[in-house]
Amino acid sequence: MNLRTPFKDIEGLGSAKSGTDHFLHQRLTAIANVPLVIFLVWFVISHLGASRADVVTSVHNPFNAILLVLSFVSILWHMRLGMQVVIEDYVHGHVAKVAMLLANAFFTAALGVAALYAIFKMSFGA
Amino acid sequence: MIEPKPVVRPLSPHLQIYRPMLSTMMSIMHRLTGIALYVGIVLLVWWLTAAATSDIYFDRVQAFFFHWLGRLVLFGFTWALVHHALGGLRYFVWDSGRGYNLATVEWMVRANVVGSIVITLLLWFTGCGVMT
Repeated sequence: MNLRTPFKDIEGLGSAKSGTDHFLHQRLTAIANVPLVIFLVWFVISHLGASRADVVTSVHNPFNAILLVLSFVSILWHMRLGMQVVIEDYVHGHVAKVAMLLANAFFTAALGVAALYAIFKMSFGA
Repeated sequence: MIEPKPVVRPLSPHLQIYRPMLSTMMSIMHRLTGIALYVGIVLLVWWLTAAATSDIYFDRVQAFFFHWLGRLVLFGFTWALVHHALGGLRYFVWDSGRGYNLATVEWMVRANVVGSIVITLLLWFTGCGVMT
């Protein structure tokens, strides 16, 4: 019979040094998302029905390109953190949980690379 | 070796025990809209990559968004975005240690519902104005 409490396993090991990282990054990106999403909504609305040439011309403007890059980095980072919590809350099988956390990391990274590639391509040439 | 007896501890009452309240629903909606936005942003990335690809492809993507189904999805996306953003502002207020009395909580969650609908409609009216 094991009388060890969980506390005994971690006693004296010190902190994990990352306890509040998740929360801080979540709120940091949340704050950044407020102005960035307003910009993004404005950008999309002002290009409704626009031709491809119009969109390319807009993204050619460094101001727009930089704000678009910031938007996608901040939003996708925020998304990854949020989905991580959802997975940790609802997926209890170890293998399934790890697989979904990996999928979450890859999905957000892939979307980020796709968005940034498109922005850079339009901004630098095309 | 004696097997340890599983300890049967009382569980605290869970969600389904309580009467659903607006603040509870809004907490759930915040998470659901977040999940919807997680999927929905694919459309935005699709639109951008199409703009970086070719005229033909871009026109095809635009055509999808102008189709009634595309519009419906975008309308839902807009509402989820506004709802989640306003909900986020609510959490900023709570982070600052304010807005915890029941009247304020009730007021804020109601403002969240009404605000999300009003702002979504305003954005779509603006969008229709841009189109014509």
